[in-house]
Amino acid sequence: MDLRFTDEELAFRDEVREFFRTALPDSIRRKMIEGHHPSKDDLVTWSRILNAKGWAVPHWPVEWGGTGWSPVKQYIFRDELQQAPAPEPLAFGVSMVGPVIYTFGNEDQKRRFLPRIANLDDWWCQGFSEPGAGSDLASLKTTARREGDHYIVNGQKTWTTLAQHADWIFCLARTDSSVKKQEGISFLLIDMKTPGITVRPIQTIDGGHEVNEVFLDDVRVPVENLVGQENKGWDYAKFLLGNERVGIARIGISKARLKRVRELASVERIGDVPLIEIPRFREKLAAVEVELKALEMTQLRVVAAESRREKGKPDPASSILKIKGSEIQQATTELLMEVVGPFAMPYHPEEEGRNEPTDGPDWASTAAPTYFNWRKISIYGGSNEIQKNIIAKAILGF
Amino acid sequence: MDFDLSEEQRLLKDSVDRLMADRYDFENRQRYAKEPEGWSRALWSAYAELGLLALPFDEAHGGFGGGPVETMTIMEAFGRSLALEPYLATVILGGGLLHHGGSEEQKATHLPQIASGDLRLAFAHTERQSRYDLFDVGTTAQRDGGSFILNGQKSVVLHGDSADKILVTARVAGSRRDRDGIGLFLVDANAPGVSRRGYPTQDGQRAAEVTLESVRVDAENVIGNPEGALPVVEKVTDIAIAALAAEAIGAMDEMLKLTVDYLKTRKQFNTTIGSFQVLQHRSSEMFIALEQGRSMAMFAAMMAQEQNPEERRKAISAAKVQIGRSGRFVGQQAVQLHGGVGMTMEYKVGHLFKRVTMIDTLFGDADHHLSKLAETGGLMAA
Repeated sequence: MDLRFTDEELAFRDEVREFFRTALPDSIRRKMIEGHHPSKDDLVTWSRILNAKGWAVPHWPVEWGGTGWSPVKQYIFRDELQQAPAPEPLAFGVSMVGPVIYTFGNEDQKRRFLPRIANLDDWWCQGFSEPGAGSDLASLKTTARREGDHYIVNGQKTWTTLAQHADWIFCLARTDSSVKKQEGISFLLIDMKTPGITVRPIQTIDGGHEVNEVFLDDVRVPVENLVGQENKGWDYAKFLLGNERVGIARIGISKARLKRVRELASVERIGDVPLIEIPRFREKLAAVEVELKALEMTQLRVVAAESRREKGKPDPASSILKIKGSEIQQATTELLMEVVGPFAMPYHPEEEGRNEPTDGPDWASTAAPTYFNWRKISIYGGSNEIQKNIIAKAILGF
Repeated sequence: MDFDLSEEQRLLKDSVDRLMADRYDFENRQRYAKEPEGWSRALWSAYAELGLLALPFDEAHGGFGGGPVETMTIMEAFGRSLALEPYLATVILGGGLLHHGGSEEQKATHLPQIASGDLRLAFAHTERQSRYDLFDVGTTAQRDGGSFILNGQKSVVLHGDSADKILVTARVAGSRRDRDGIGLFLVDANAPGVSRRGYPTQDGQRAAEVTLESVRVDAENVIGNPEGALPVVEKVTDIAIAALAAEAIGAMDEMLKLTVDYLKTRKQFNTTIGSFQVLQHRSSEMFIALEQGRSMAMFAAMMAQEQNPEERRKAISAAKVQIGRSGRFVGQQAVQLHGGVGMTMEYKVGHLFKRVTMIDTLFGDADHHLSKLAETGGLMAA
């Protein structure tokens, strides 16, 4: 047992750190530090920089642009990217539908979609949740009826993140309603330009527009856009959700935010004393750091075990990563809001191109919206309560 | 980055696990607690035979050159079985102080005796006013030629009642809370002027109040620099905290196992209570607390050998915070989920709960270490 990084891993860390230091455009880095959302252009720009370097999809098979890095190096890369802090490549493409396509898709689909995902030529969104199918995802009602060489899709998807930018949506739809609910679902790739698709924004409590409702009304989808076998979509969805949990601890993001909390707390003063020197505050901060270190070690344990696991079988321990990772990220947003103090109050709607001055220190305006927005992370990706069900079942054997 | 045990470590783990499975079930444990010294001489010999008592020492002194990972393996097994023997006091603390602070001659004299099971040690540091501050030393050591004369009183000396020799911190120079001026002395437990009052601790182990009245310690029993022993004391207590973290993990792991088994068998409302989601979720939360604790016990084992004392101390503090918090949560919930039976002396889970509770109070509780960590700039300050 040796929990230190090897010299080779440390050299690799320095290499990626240096790359992020020089290759990430300053304007994007600034936005990330200050807690603003990167724009679509930002993400496209950054994804193409990564792709040019060959690092857009490190975890993919080498033939489709992967790097062949060990799980530890994959972890280091992600951690450094988050700490840069750089935007993460669009998860719906590179972490969700991409792996489904290269694992279960046919050769045509791989050739057609994978390179465009890596380069963010296609912006993907996720058509899983429905108004009546959240945690109980398998009860989804959207239907896909076969008609010649097309499926006719009808239904409503919701919580569809960044669908307003999307070129494609991967959808779960019911192709057989006469069987057990998990056994009649298929996984379809749908062009967002297809007639019959309507996207309606949902404004979230932070004031932002990230999520949408997507209505599908007699949408004609060529059968060649079915992934894998008809009625096997639930297996692919489980595979996808398991992958989603692995990267979900986002330890680098919490590290970056704690660094920011520390910096700002040494500037903000109560009387003459910097906030960081107030024992109550710094102990609260230290407590979050301890939890984060524990989570980092847990993450590394999962990563180290990954090379021995059967491909496509997520470690049920990754549910810990989801639960603690989200709790810690949320705790960091609370600390940041506490540092900002009274200047958490002014509300500045985040609009692209807006350049009026903010009320209060310019770093304060995102604190409260980030706190509000981050409540989502214990809900999405299988809510933390669902994760506890998974631990109880898969690990404790209830 | 490698979380696997080596082949040798795995063999060690297997043999310790087998020994504890064969000879240390809960009924035996309660029997051993009633022996005259509060622990089992027979098991102590078995540990010696397995080489456990020699584990951390150099081969030159009859040891096996084992590190914190080997110690972690043993301590986890001890934690699971609620072992009573003075392993921490003798091997980790006493032996550790000699190993890391003693002269070649002192090591050659004492370490082989520890290894063979013939010498038991204790470490006397706590005083009435010191709480968890190792540098707060009011016990005095006055120079008298090449010797020192010790006066003072030490409290809660783990296994101080059965120890053959006691390592004592005493002030040679400076005022009570100075970091400099502290010496470390190896005192024969039966030396003139040493009096001991042994008593049971809350977790079924043993400790003693030790009074030193004009106790003469010769030069050969001064460990290291008589005015600069604190760094070694801190190093060894950090190693001991890493060991205790592993012991706590063993105890927590056992509590979770017992609890889950209980929930799967106990019936109420015509069903096993483990079918209730509220209890499943609570168990999942115990599992998370355990695994976060395990991660930090591993981190502590790794960082116990860190050469930079400041980095080492921060890491150990962080681990002690996590272990304290995880231990409290897992322990309280284990008792809660067992219901009434968890409250009884007859059942193991309450004893495990008591042990992890007492581990929190050894060498600084979670709050103590959290404020130490915060004062020194936190874990992540570069």
